[in-house]
Amino acid sequence: MEEAAVITPSKTKLKIALAGNPNSGKSTFFNNLTGLNQKVGNYPGVTVDKKTGTCFFENGSGKITAEIIDLPGAYSVKSKSEDERIAAEVISNHKNKDHPDVIVYVADASNLKRALFYCTQLIDLGKPVVLVLNMIDIAQEKGIKIDFEKLSEELGTPVVSTNARKNIGTEKVLSAIGSIDPAKNIFLNGTENGNAIYLRYKKIDEILQKCVSKSPIEKPDFTKKLDAVFTHKIWGFAIFLGVLLLIFQAIFSLSEYPMQWIESSFILLNDFISNHLPKGAITDLLTNGILAGLSGVLVFIPQIALLFFFIAILEDTGYMARVSFITDKIMRKFGLNGRSVVPLISGVACAVPAIMSARTIGNRKERLITIMITPLMTCSARLPVYILLISLVIPNQKFLGFFTLQGIVLMGMYLLGFVAVFGAAFVFKFVLKSKERSYFIMEMPTYKMPRWKNIGLTILEKIKVFTYDVGKVIIAISIVLWALASYGPGDSFEQIEKKYNNPEVAYSHSPEILANKMASEKLEASYAGVFGKAIEPIIKPLGFDWKIGIALITSFAAREVFVGTMATIYSIGDADDTLSIRQKMMAEINPETGGKVYSLAVGLSLMVFYAFAMQCMSTLAVVFRETKHWKWPLIQLVYMTALAYLSSLLAFQFLK
Amino acid sequence: MSISTCFLSELKAGDSAVIESFSENEISEKLMEMGCLPGEAVKLERIAPLGDPLIISISGYELSLRKAEAATVLVKK
Repeated sequence: MEEAAVITPSKTKLKIALAGNPNSGKSTFFNNLTGLNQKVGNYPGVTVDKKTGTCFFENGSGKITAEIIDLPGAYSVKSKSEDERIAAEVISNHKNKDHPDVIVYVADASNLKRALFYCTQLIDLGKPVVLVLNMIDIAQEKGIKIDFEKLSEELGTPVVSTNARKNIGTEKVLSAIGSIDPAKNIFLNGTENGNAIYLRYKKIDEILQKCVSKSPIEKPDFTKKLDAVFTHKIWGFAIFLGVLLLIFQAIFSLSEYPMQWIESSFILLNDFISNHLPKGAITDLLTNGILAGLSGVLVFIPQIALLFFFIAILEDTGYMARVSFITDKIMRKFGLNGRSVVPLISGVACAVPAIMSARTIGNRKERLITIMITPLMTCSARLPVYILLISLVIPNQKFLGFFTLQGIVLMGMYLLGFVAVFGAAFVFKFVLKSKERSYFIMEMPTYKMPRWKNIGLTILEKIKVFTYDVGKVIIAISIVLWALASYGPGDSFEQIEKKYNNPEVAYSHSPEILANKMASEKLEASYAGVFGKAIEPIIKPLGFDWKIGIALITSFAAREVFVGTMATIYSIGDADDTLSIRQKMMAEINPETGGKVYSLAVGLSLMVFYAFAMQCMSTLAVVFRETKHWKWPLIQLVYMTALAYLSSLLAFQFLK
Repeated sequence: MSISTCFLSELKAGDSAVIESFSENEISEKLMEMGCLPGEAVKLERIAPLGDPLIISISGYELSLRKAEAATVLVKK
């Protein structure tokens, strides 16, 4: 035996691993044990998140600090999927730094047979196990009676019953941990081939016959009745669409106010700092670089919180499994999975939380494809760009009586994104190689009421991950973009300032107009302007000039920055004033052709570019966070930019 | 009703059967881990609106699987 005594009276620190099947109430139990003392980290080398927490309790001899690790739910130690494999690795490898002293195995008491399969495999790995029979109330309702003492005797492990939902029995588990016998215990010897699975189940069956009695209670099956509606060929899809509509309506309307508060508090803070600190590069970096980046991070939080609030409810109630069930056949054709539906649809609001929600897809290839294509969905940041450009180049005409031409074009842009998503998925399906087979062997959980505490903790976790992991990258890129727009080569900036300080110029217009004009000239002279001009030969075939080039560069911060950049270039103070930007842009004349710069061809070409181009550093940062590799955001940047360039080229060359 | 064998994928919604054997190793292990063992009673609960995947009930719970996966399971009706 490798470790003589796991728990000695002097031991005050303990590592406990929580293991169990998915849907066994393991996470609820984890939340009960640790409350807010949780953190999310990484297992080295894999994309699976590691949830750990601490818990304090007393056994006979004193206080114990327990580090609790919530292992990913699994059905077997031999599993092939990445997160299920982690659980087995942590428990079987003594050198793993998360290797536990004790395993607490959470089992769904109403589905004991399958739960014991994985449980007895873990017992055979040689660690002391405490078996927790959770959801004991549901088992009782089903007429299942379990003889705990007998079961404990047969398995050689302590057995404790709990109701994690109502937080009943947690102390019993802790005291069982405190008094566990560390002697090694073997349930079944032998290798885990097909026959061993059979033998293991046979032995479990024998034990269950001794310990469990069933008196079937006939009662209306709530789950079956709901399934008849939720997976109905018409109602199933109709309800799903209705649910989605409701969620988006809520996300758009509810997140608007907190987003405005965040933005306006940053404006106030910005004003305060620029008024109270001496003018100079440092203050400017603080306000226009760091604070701007920070506000770009925090502004996403309301949307993330809301989206995960709804997703957590859908997951927790068991409805999400039904959505996957009815959509799997369509999604599979494109290398996706029934579980890809939610990230894709969420992409209409924002790709950042959408990509974070792709984590429920178990198969690595299907998850990667989902992550790679989600940014092609028309996110809300594209909307201001489309609205500005449509109002610029599409005449406000009625069509068939009540449709407006502008509205149809806008809808067309959404459809374009949708078509691109499935086209790209189809290509990735053949390009990406996978050793893993695609399965849909999945437990259909029974319908349950959502557990609000779990949902609250999920939201908190998502916000933390986004702010820390994604925020770093966003702020770094914001500073680079700030530097590009605030500095120019040589003394170009000083020349401009000198010109505007000249009394002759200084009194020619109102101070406001002059400040705008100066900002516009500075942007032209900045590195961003230089780059804009440098890429002009490349973007000219798409119909874009260097001014659009600057906007393409600054839009990398976020797509909606396009409108703000256009406002600066055409020197209008307030970016919200789309009408005046529109008027200026409309009046812009192309010196070569003598026609309007923003012709129909240029406008559509630009919209197509914004539909496909990867111009969102937050998305790239979150893709990096989710794939743990720079390769994937890089591939995404390249393929989307190439798609955007070629499509815009086609659009412009056909239309001009 | 006479006893006949067929694949799990060939059952109609509502049909009950008993698992006989598996024709594919990798899937059989996964299914067996989930409790689909030879000799176990199985019922086809529901077929998805587009004809695939399926939901079966097995050893007291419901499991969804694709038609192709169900086509590797031989059952006795």
